[in-house]
Amino acid sequence: MSLEEPTPEDGAVEVLPTEGDEIADLLGDLVVDREEHVNAPGFVIRPDTVQETLTRLRDEAGFDHLSCVTAEEREDRYESIYHLTSFDDRQREVSVIVPTAKDDPVSESAEPVFRTADWHEREAYDLIGIDYDDHPDLRRILLPDTWQGHPLSQNYDQDRPQIVTLKEWENPLAEDHREDEGDTMYVNIGPHHPATHGVLHVKTVLDGEQVADVDPDIGYLHRCEEQMCQTKTYRHQIMPYPDRWDYASSGLLNEWAYARAAEDLNDIEVPEYAQIIRTMGAELCRICSHMLAVGTFALDVYGDFTAIFMYAMRDREKTQNILEDLTGQRMMFNYFRLGGVVWDLPEPRDEFFELIRDFLDDLPEAVEEYHDLITSNEILQSRTIDTGVLPPEVAKSYGATGPVARGSGIDYDLRRDDPYGYYDELEWDVITEDGCDNFSRLLVRMREVEESAKIIEQCVDLLEDWPEEERNIQANVPRTLRPDDDKEIYRAVEGAKGELGIYIRADGTEKPGRFKIRSPCFSNLQTLPEMSNGEYIPDMVASLGSLDIVLGEVDR
Amino acid sequence: MSSERDTPFVTDDTQVQTETRDARMTGAGADNRFNSKLREAFGSSPFILTKFDNFMNWVRGSSMFMLQFGIACCSIEMMHTYSVKHDLDRFAAGVPRASPRQADVIIVPGTIVSKFAPRMKRVYDQMPEPKFVVGMGSCTISGGPFQEGYNVIKGAEEVIPVDIHVPGCPPRPEALIYGVAKLQQRIAEGESSPVTVKPYELEQFNDLEQDEIVDKLAEQIDEDDLVMRYNWADSP
Repeated sequence: MSLEEPTPEDGAVEVLPTEGDEIADLLGDLVVDREEHVNAPGFVIRPDTVQETLTRLRDEAGFDHLSCVTAEEREDRYESIYHLTSFDDRQREVSVIVPTAKDDPVSESAEPVFRTADWHEREAYDLIGIDYDDHPDLRRILLPDTWQGHPLSQNYDQDRPQIVTLKEWENPLAEDHREDEGDTMYVNIGPHHPATHGVLHVKTVLDGEQVADVDPDIGYLHRCEEQMCQTKTYRHQIMPYPDRWDYASSGLLNEWAYARAAEDLNDIEVPEYAQIIRTMGAELCRICSHMLAVGTFALDVYGDFTAIFMYAMRDREKTQNILEDLTGQRMMFNYFRLGGVVWDLPEPRDEFFELIRDFLDDLPEAVEEYHDLITSNEILQSRTIDTGVLPPEVAKSYGATGPVARGSGIDYDLRRDDPYGYYDELEWDVITEDGCDNFSRLLVRMREVEESAKIIEQCVDLLEDWPEEERNIQANVPRTLRPDDDKEIYRAVEGAKGELGIYIRADGTEKPGRFKIRSPCFSNLQTLPEMSNGEYIPDMVASLGSLDIVLGEVDR
Repeated sequence: MSSERDTPFVTDDTQVQTETRDARMTGAGADNRFNSKLREAFGSSPFILTKFDNFMNWVRGSSMFMLQFGIACCSIEMMHTYSVKHDLDRFAAGVPRASPRQADVIIVPGTIVSKFAPRMKRVYDQMPEPKFVVGMGSCTISGGPFQEGYNVIKGAEEVIPVDIHVPGCPPRPEALIYGVAKLQQRIAEGESSPVTVKPYELEQFNDLEQDEIVDKLAEQIDEDDLVMRYNWADSP
């Protein structure tokens, strides 16, 4: 069974410092103060020792995954929190807290240690206003360059109009490009472009047909999700928003991310029956999402609304029908509640189970069809095999997770490594492919669909035989939730695109003091330049398709 | 000789054609395919008389090229509307064009934020006239669930003129089809599209000799949003 505790291959893993005191010993004088987060020990360090601390944690303690960087403004200081964990053992976590002064918020950049810090720190600079020393390219990332102020800082004027016309901000065809004498050519791909999967803008420099430089420009769908969540109450008001982060029908997976963080923050136990319903619904969403990824990837590579796209849509319609029966909605489910789900399975249950079983029975044939049309097609193979190569070390440094990491041979899946829900009771496998190319990522998604089908089947079996009197769909949760002041938590689940994490700091009221979303697409998209520099431009489009980004989640 | 010329000159060929046609339309065992309403209206005449305007409106409404334009959540439902099961093509509006230069209708499917608004305006400007806009979802009406966000435009109408609003978060594909059908109906009934005059066009007006038409048209432009509705019935 795949869900056993990963056994250490040699003695070295066992001596890695995991407990708070061991890490404190390792860091020695670097630690100024200690905090206790719900998920991990926290260490306060000075802003000029960030690189030293993170390097030591990475090299000597095996914390090789910078999952998230949270920045926030407190009453008396700015804070950057680095949430570190390990690809080999997800349950080892540590938070590194870097306070900076209110009047001069300058902190050392973590970019030289973890490449993924590049975008995370740019976002922190953009929204909060912390400066990072040594950062290679500290400029706004989500908001336009003309923006005044930092919207998530405390004295920001929310009513100030900030909309300007295109003329007034950056001209994409700036004079310096026009006058260039060089051999390269500058091409804007997007933000309105059929191959960018939404409103992504890729600034590309071409040398002939080869890509010389790629700069993904995001923020065209930054709809203030974090601010929205910070102004809503825990109990009911936040839950509709996760549906809209990764809107490629991964709603329940996203809701689970919030539910898991908020439930752990408030010590809520979820009944087993509700966990099984959650697991089943979440895996249906994963199938739905991967189908869209496969369909649009074929669309990118073949370049037309061909059979594969329509087939994928056909199968998505089937899953959406099931989910609609379960939740009442096609896409924006709003089905989870803290402590369970909102209602029980639809009546008559037999009919509902039969609907799922019919879908599962047809699925192997459908997957076979996809393999005939896609993976065994020579055109697609020549377009995808050995293009968009992402070596595992690079993927780890960029914090890539989900199918992108597993396509590079990184055996990392939160459903197994940091179990939640009902996953650790079920029989299924984590899929990895070690081709590191576009084809591997496609294969991982298609094989994961089959694994999800296995999980759903087991859930249906369990739900069918569940004793009538124990069908408890919600725990007793108080009407108003007020977690203790300064209680902090960072929790993640395996979304369709990867590790979807949420950091919440409670401030003693019924609304979160800081709500930070760690989006898998945000980190995955960062690997695009690594994968496409030096490749042909059609391969860059294929790589972008294989990353399966959803801009709603990249920009939040 | 002269008596032969009294009867209209009819060759055997046309005689045969007329008889065949009459037999199909009226005879026993008539083929119903030939007795359509259209045929009834036409009679035996191969011509149809209508106003050219009406004809053009009918054509516009019956062949709409949509812009392939995805923004946010609604675009996923929009894709479902285009593809199997819902198949917007059945309603003569299902050819998504990748380039705005070839599109008649832009469906705005999602939240518009400060960074994207000018880009969307530019895409809209690139579409040839007459052009129509369907606002899909609550975000294009008011900003929807993100209305309070610092970065969110409170509705598509702040940027481009919208003909049809389809409410929902997101609207179901059926709702979008209904919205598009309503738009087709309005177009077929002679709704003309609002025309946004670009700033450089205003400058061009200034360069022109001030004749009557230019004066009249310039009056119709709303200076705030640069939107004008051509009303040719009143034009000089």
